[in-house]
Amino acid sequence: MPAYIARRFMLMLLTLFGMSVLIFVLLRLMPGNVADILFDASGFIDPAERARIEEELGLDQPVVTQYVQWIGALLCGDLGFSYVSERPAIEEILPRIPVTAQLAAWSLLFSVVLGVPLGVISAVRQNTGLDYALRLVSLSGLSLPSFWLGLLILMAFVQWFGFIPIYSETPATLWDGFLMFALPAAAVGFRSSALIMRLTRSSMLEVLRQDFIRTARAKGATEQAVNYRHALRNAVLPVVTIIGIEAAFLIGGLIVTETVFNIPGLARFLVEAILWRDYPIVQNLVMLIAVVVVVVNFLVDMLYAVLDPRIRYSD
Amino acid sequence: MPGETATLPALPEGAARAGPPVLEVEGLSTWFFTRRGIVRAVDDVSFALAEGETLAIVGESGCGKSITALSILGLVPSPPGRIVGGAVRLRGTDLLRVDEEAMRRVRGNEISMIFQEPMTSLNPVLTIGAQIEEALTLHQTALSRAEVRARAVEMLQLVRIPEPERRAKEYPHQLSGGMRQRAMIAMALSCNPRVLIADEPTTALDVTIQAQILELILDLQRRLGTAVILITHDLGVVAETAQRVIVMYAGRKVEEAEVVALFEQPLHPYTRGLMGSIPHLVDENTERLAEIPGMVPALNALPPGCAFAPRCTMATERCHAEMPPYREWQPGHYSACWYAEALMQHGAVP
Amino acid sequence: MATMRTLVQPVDHAAELGRAGANVTGGGSALLHLAGRHPLGLLGLVIVVVFVLVAAFAPLLATYDPLATNAAASLAQPGGQHMLGADFMGRDLWSRIIYGARISLAVGIASTVLGCVIGAAVGLVSGYWGGWVDLVVQRVNDVLQALPLLVLALVMAASLGPSLANTIIAISIPVVPHVARVIRASTLSVREMPFVEAARAEGMGELQIALRHVLPNTLAPVIVLSTAQLGSAILTEASLSFLGLGIPEPYPSWGRMLSESAAEYVRTAPWLVIFPGLAISLVIFGTNLLGDAVRDILDPRERS
Repeated sequence: MPAYIARRFMLMLLTLFGMSVLIFVLLRLMPGNVADILFDASGFIDPAERARIEEELGLDQPVVTQYVQWIGALLCGDLGFSYVSERPAIEEILPRIPVTAQLAAWSLLFSVVLGVPLGVISAVRQNTGLDYALRLVSLSGLSLPSFWLGLLILMAFVQWFGFIPIYSETPATLWDGFLMFALPAAAVGFRSSALIMRLTRSSMLEVLRQDFIRTARAKGATEQAVNYRHALRNAVLPVVTIIGIEAAFLIGGLIVTETVFNIPGLARFLVEAILWRDYPIVQNLVMLIAVVVVVVNFLVDMLYAVLDPRIRYSD
Repeated sequence: MPGETATLPALPEGAARAGPPVLEVEGLSTWFFTRRGIVRAVDDVSFALAEGETLAIVGESGCGKSITALSILGLVPSPPGRIVGGAVRLRGTDLLRVDEEAMRRVRGNEISMIFQEPMTSLNPVLTIGAQIEEALTLHQTALSRAEVRARAVEMLQLVRIPEPERRAKEYPHQLSGGMRQRAMIAMALSCNPRVLIADEPTTALDVTIQAQILELILDLQRRLGTAVILITHDLGVVAETAQRVIVMYAGRKVEEAEVVALFEQPLHPYTRGLMGSIPHLVDENTERLAEIPGMVPALNALPPGCAFAPRCTMATERCHAEMPPYREWQPGHYSACWYAEALMQHGAVP
Repeated sequence: MATMRTLVQPVDHAAELGRAGANVTGGGSALLHLAGRHPLGLLGLVIVVVFVLVAAFAPLLATYDPLATNAAASLAQPGGQHMLGADFMGRDLWSRIIYGARISLAVGIASTVLGCVIGAAVGLVSGYWGGWVDLVVQRVNDVLQALPLLVLALVMAASLGPSLANTIIAISIPVVPHVARVIRASTLSVREMPFVEAARAEGMGELQIALRHVLPNTLAPVIVLSTAQLGSAILTEASLSFLGLGIPEPYPSWGRMLSESAAEYVRTAPWLVIFPGLAISLVIFGTNLLGDAVRDILDPRERS
């Protein structure tokens, strides 16, 4: 197992490096540079002024040096400067992290609690009416854009309760505090739950075809024991991996849903920063997202190693 | 070796070979309903198994021997398989007509089965000990947790796995192929079943281990008085282990006899063909493995006459047109061939 | 609870065979048979075809100019002149949705095709030539796939700037690594096959072999993948437009229609929220159904 951990760790570092390069390159694809954009609004371009800004931003340096400078700053925790608010980027980013983190956690919880049991039921009752119904539901979950679902949830809520839950840092009651996360979490989580349900189902079906299931039945095990103790314990392993990957795609849902529900989180901030052309923020924020995704995947790999005795006890 | 008088394995003391059979299969038919028609995987198969006896079922892959075993335990995947006729009597009770709950009490308890591939037949995420304990917990409800655990270790010791307490806490992938098969045997025999069905237990193992496992099965059988149905495609294994043998082809029985009688005087061309393919190491000119030319017919499109006729060197018009009757040609020796009589003159396969 | 076993009950042979799908009655063309066994896939195909036809015949089906504003009809309710109502600027919703089909489908299909073509090329080169090219491509692939889809598309869209072409490019980029990976795997296995050796022995050039022999045999998994990716591409376009970074004015896009209405109109003009979203969901639902059926048919692992 130590070899496994070490390998995964090295892979993680390598991927992070690759992603930093990719992000760096992508954001320099645009014609012109930041200085141009800054001056765009004013319409007046003073060459001297511009040269000074360029030097300040380090834009006159060769590309590789810029890259190194950027990475160096990141590793020291310096996330740069926001051009829009003229404050250190970290002051903008830090307070938004817990908001998005909470929403992400609730969404993931929702999707697992909904997806896994339904996937198991669907597999165990394969080809029955219930199975088809569940599969259709999961398919629609994959087809609904999460921002539309969010809007529909808002609509329904307004229809039934007459108000829209507004996000606030200090919710009036516990119920309010719950609501302001529950609704967007449902919107984001529904799509993930559909994916997890489909994967749990196919994983279970795959496992139920294996020889050891036949052995368990030959021992006289009850159907329940076969499905849960034998099948699910094995089927859950690839599902754990998928949950890790889903954690990454959750971000896409978070981006649009935070926008719909007006939640001041990191994901929405990314969009705002892009719209305001606040490129240093964008660059670092995307890098931050990349780091989170890669680290989460790494942690999931570790969890997998713990759960699967074939890896935990590999000699 | 075929041709010589085989020495029968010793029977348990006082075991009556006469006496009520522990398992009686009558006219068992299991068919599969597929896109390409009805596949008669098992067609009108009958046999009786006495207490403590070893019965071998022999045939090429696809002849229906495994499905016969699965049918006895009610483990045929259904759909597409269905048992369409017959009876399976365990000490008088017809297993095909009991409910699922009663059947579950039989599985692993009165009739156990071990399979061919020990690696894939064991749950990879549970310890060996836990899997044996499960069998005990399911059926021996009177035992306490500690007793169950102790008995599981006892079983591992019985199957001659060294350091059984340590091994009980290990996972299947940490054991070698031979040891996994021993663990399977331990699991199957833990509740002291009356019948053990062994479906090609040594096929997936190294040649050197094969003999050990077979010897283990026989030894345990002697000690526990278990009747064994040994399913194999290897006549050499049959010669070493069984008292009686059934030869199957395309879902039906083609020959049945005591082992000695079968090898001394095979009364079906298929059996003779199988024997011709046992490699001989007797002299320098080692013979080539004689294969029976042709292939097993598709079980959804069987010819009207004898199923073996297309591949049979002795086949006549009659063989192709009419299904030969299954009858007794010598005491205890049955065959389904129009020319069994002619074969009687031939004697053993050299 | 004990269940009665159904063993040894008189088995209705015909019924059993029918359940298994045996051609008990005989006759019927192969295609019809295929459709019969995948009713959901057929439904998906029908949905997609309907949308394609709607997009193609948009000028005939629309009742108004989708870009024409009309202050008098602002926020008109569905019914009457405006079948599905009108938005804040009085633009007819029905017509905008019809024309939106054109845009969304065109962008979705174009970006999927572009992504598949580039991905196939990359995968083919990577798998066929191997060596350090393969190594580099694989690492780049890993990195591209590690970034969440929408984030990648967002960054691309932001870098390139808002335009129809740029949106297509931005959405196609996340498709490339998926396709490349699949084609690479296929290429690796096809490369070793005897008929490739035979072609080489006949003196065929490597490029010719790659194009004429290897590529056609790698296509089945791509077809499966592309139908799945189509839905994803349409969804990405809707998301990008919703965020304001996708299809720019004046082209009507379902996603942008939803952002324009957003939370303010949830109470006052629900039709502005319901219909564009319904259109997106339906078309993706159709492609998903179709994709599933295509996979069931073409993926050998799924076949019994």
